[in-house]
Amino acid sequence: MKSQAFDYVRAESAQHALALLAQHGDDARVLAGGQTLLASLGMRLAQPSLLVDIGDLTDLAGISVDHGVLRIGALTRHVEIEESPLVALHAPLLAQAAPHIAHRAIRNRGTFGGALAYADPAAEWPACVLALGGTLVLLGAGGERRVAADDFFRGLFSTARRDDELLLACELPLLAAGERQRFSELARRQGDYAIAGLAARAVVQGSQLSQLRLAWLSLGDRPLRSRAAEQVLQGGPLSAQRIADAEAALRAELSPFADLTHSAAAKLQMAATLLRRAVANLTRDPA
Amino acid sequence: MNTPLDEPTTRVRIEVNGQPVLRDVACRKHLSDFLRDDCGLKGSHLGCEHGVCGACTVRLDGRIVRGCLVLAAQASGHRVETVESATPGLRLKALQDAFVEYNALQCGYCTPGMLMAALDLVERRPDADREQVRMWISGNYCRCTGYHAIVDAVCAVLDLQRVGAFAAEPLPQVNP
Repeated sequence: MKSQAFDYVRAESAQHALALLAQHGDDARVLAGGQTLLASLGMRLAQPSLLVDIGDLTDLAGISVDHGVLRIGALTRHVEIEESPLVALHAPLLAQAAPHIAHRAIRNRGTFGGALAYADPAAEWPACVLALGGTLVLLGAGGERRVAADDFFRGLFSTARRDDELLLACELPLLAAGERQRFSELARRQGDYAIAGLAARAVVQGSQLSQLRLAWLSLGDRPLRSRAAEQVLQGGPLSAQRIADAEAALRAELSPFADLTHSAAAKLQMAATLLRRAVANLTRDPA
Repeated sequence: MNTPLDEPTTRVRIEVNGQPVLRDVACRKHLSDFLRDDCGLKGSHLGCEHGVCGACTVRLDGRIVRGCLVLAAQASGHRVETVESATPGLRLKALQDAFVEYNALQCGYCTPGMLMAALDLVERRPDADREQVRMWISGNYCRCTGYHAIVDAVCAVLDLQRVGAFAAEPLPQVNP
């Protein structure tokens, strides 16, 4: 597992990184934590001639609450999110999801922004950011622009980020009154990629859900919302019939691909199970 | 893609087990190859070399990482500890003894990575229970033991720590 030869530059500033990206175009890759990139270079799935290491751009790391949003810098490591009191308070979904990401040694190194920019459909962070209705902050030569998570993930490993842009941060709304967030996934072993996973948030009043967002991982070419199922579940008080209708809607709107070990039908069955569990979990009164 | 025909190199300065090391290395060289080939430290092993098996686990700035998923160039200016460094430490010594006592290794290939991950757990999660030990070492593969003996050994060291066996070496102030 040796990479092809490449050159390496440690960017001294975001502007320096942007200049290198502009100069080298598709021959350059941004290196953050490297937990996916270095493995894929080793397997020669990609052969860039230059890695632009943004690891020293400490301005891009950190978690803060500012102007009513939770801002997580792109270079924030998974483990920092896992252990952040601010995340636990304002975006508990992320704290629930973090332990599912690979293993401790990987979470110590991998970054939030790296996972979002890479946009693996089986990754946890893209689905979480989609469920929470986050906003991605991008920096390019023309300055910053913001893209809603609903518009950011475009397809398999494909996002709205242009090759000459850097992902700076993601901004997430703060947990609202009455809002609950639940993350769950099914994997063969601890730390494996999910066979199916669900990031869910809703405002809960009795047996009524509102502002429900269900974002799925490992069930398509990108993190996906199931808008039809969301709509059915918010049509009135929850009942066995409504949940059954939501499951039918879900089965109609998802069309997962088979993977090495699971058929599309098996994945769909797991998604239906996760949906039922999430609804039960969202409506169960906190102990 | 314009893959360079030559082999670009870069100068790195890495603190390895307390000693500064200055070398010119290929940009593509990962930390495990750097430790093994450029520093002569054969303690960290390469099993899969793509971040799955955990045999190359070392500490970078005090946190466990996969040596095969960090470039030597990225580690420049940072601090690396390998299984060789910690040998005099009471906790690592206790883990090594417990691994022997509980037959927590057979071929031994995974052992350095297991020891580094276990040491990290003993220091950061002194209250860990058996299930948490299993979670913590879930990123380290062992193809011989079936893991029970490894978990037994780590739990035995946690028990020792709880009764004050390592009081002579207080835990450094670490982030959780």
